[in-house]
Amino acid sequence: MNDIKQREESILAEFEMFDDWMEKYEYIIDLGKELPLLSDDEKTNERLIEGCQSRVWLNTKCTDNVIEFTADADAIITKGIIALLINLVNKLKPQDLVAYDFGIIKEIGLQEHLSPTRSNGLNGMILRLKNEALKHCIS
Amino acid sequence: MSNTPIKTFNVREIREQFPALRQQIYGKNLIYFDNGATSQKPQVVLDAINKFYSKENANIHRGVHYMSQKATTEYEESRKKIQRYINARKSEEIIFTKGTTDGINLVAHSYGELLKPGDEIMISAMEHHSNIVPWQMLCMRKGLTLRVVPINERGELLMDTFEQMLSKKTKLVAITHISNTLGTINPVKDIIVKAHAVGAKVLIDGAQSIQHIKIDVKDLDCDFYVFSSHKVFGPTGIGVLYGKEQLLDSMPPYQGGGDMISKVTFERTTYNELPFKFEAGTPHVAGGICLGKAFDFLDSIDLKAAEEHERFLAKYAEDTLDTFEGVKIIGEAKNKTSVVSFSVKGIHPFDIGTLLDKQGIAVRTGHHCTQPLMDFFKILGTVRASFAFYNTKQEIDTFVEAFEKSLNMLK
Repeated sequence: MNDIKQREESILAEFEMFDDWMEKYEYIIDLGKELPLLSDDEKTNERLIEGCQSRVWLNTKCTDNVIEFTADADAIITKGIIALLINLVNKLKPQDLVAYDFGIIKEIGLQEHLSPTRSNGLNGMILRLKNEALKHCIS
Repeated sequence: MSNTPIKTFNVREIREQFPALRQQIYGKNLIYFDNGATSQKPQVVLDAINKFYSKENANIHRGVHYMSQKATTEYEESRKKIQRYINARKSEEIIFTKGTTDGINLVAHSYGELLKPGDEIMISAMEHHSNIVPWQMLCMRKGLTLRVVPINERGELLMDTFEQMLSKKTKLVAITHISNTLGTINPVKDIIVKAHAVGAKVLIDGAQSIQHIKIDVKDLDCDFYVFSSHKVFGPTGIGVLYGKEQLLDSMPPYQGGGDMISKVTFERTTYNELPFKFEAGTPHVAGGICLGKAFDFLDSIDLKAAEEHERFLAKYAEDTLDTFEGVKIIGEAKNKTSVVSFSVKGIHPFDIGTLLDKQGIAVRTGHHCTQPLMDFFKILGTVRASFAFYNTKQEIDTFVEAFEKSLNMLK
């Protein structure tokens, strides 16, 4: 879990540089643009994370007890947020991801996206990442 | 000498009465363009809420004590104000509900009880989910058929088709006065005349019209008219169902409980008279009283001038947005109110809404609880700016600048 501390610190350092919300979102949008696209074939209903306004697809691979994610979304900010989450937890051991608390979300001021009414469903994304890890832990 | 006070319309003066508009969001002056979802509240309504719970709080209709009687009087006075405002014949025709959705559900359950298998309910393709789902549920319960009047590309009802669809089987036409997504003002008077000609009753969903148009239920001759208080500058959690007395009398009660009864024994209960027959349990007393204050406030405004101002804002916003490449206005009815819904090619509405929010601008994005309408236009959702008479041209200019900035970030 030391590795994830380092990742958290580098994300925090990045967010500390921003003076206002628009800069934060500019960064999130850039993360979204950098995230490789999923092909249309990969955007299956099974991979879809249900959200109210924008759709997110999460693809999971687990080899040698290392869990790896790719994702896509139809809104670029949503895509940036899932990219941020993936940067944070990619290639962890599934059991480490299950135990991880995602406390950094509050520290970088994205907690508004955590409320159940918030339509891009960050809660749903975190839950899905953990569920995927849990599935692979068990199997 | 006339007792009618002179009504004026001055945006600056009106804005001063809305404290919520004088705040900053993320360090920017709030621009509130989500009036289709809910309106902000004038000081008179806020003061009345505070006063009620500070000094006047009591349960109504049953108490012998001073406060209960005072609260009862105020609550019933408010009912009369609403009756006068919408020009109903009697205050008994004004039923307090939780809101528009509750009012529609009341009619669906209660009037619905009088319907037989094979009867038809007619709605339109531009209805809010709350004027679709209660009818679907009723149709399932009673073996009725739900029929949907189609619209054209501009977002207007196909009136010829509507007429062809009407028949003796049509028992109720439930239609929105103004579309929350498109802003289309439907020709409800014409609809009512045609529906009545085949013996059908008509429910008008007034959620988006009561705050924009002067409503006269007698002139409209609608059988039911429903609206929510919170969209017309009153508190949340209360609304109104207007129904013609004779019709309401013929309908069974919706919910059972206190207040709606005349006499209860374990063998048999007799019901109270209108309007109480439909108001089981302790109502939203503060809400009812303060909704009356919202109508007092509206009564002080020159509503015709306010409506013109709103239409000017919508036209100005549409014309400005139209100059941006990729912007498509959704809802181009000839007769429409101050709702501007639009999509931008290649950009998700959620992204625009999020960035506008961070610039202090409140709009709504998504399907606006009209998913079938989104399917018709083959879009996922829209960005919707909906204006009230307290909005200004300068706010639209700031909104357009913020929109342009958002587009540049997203492209």
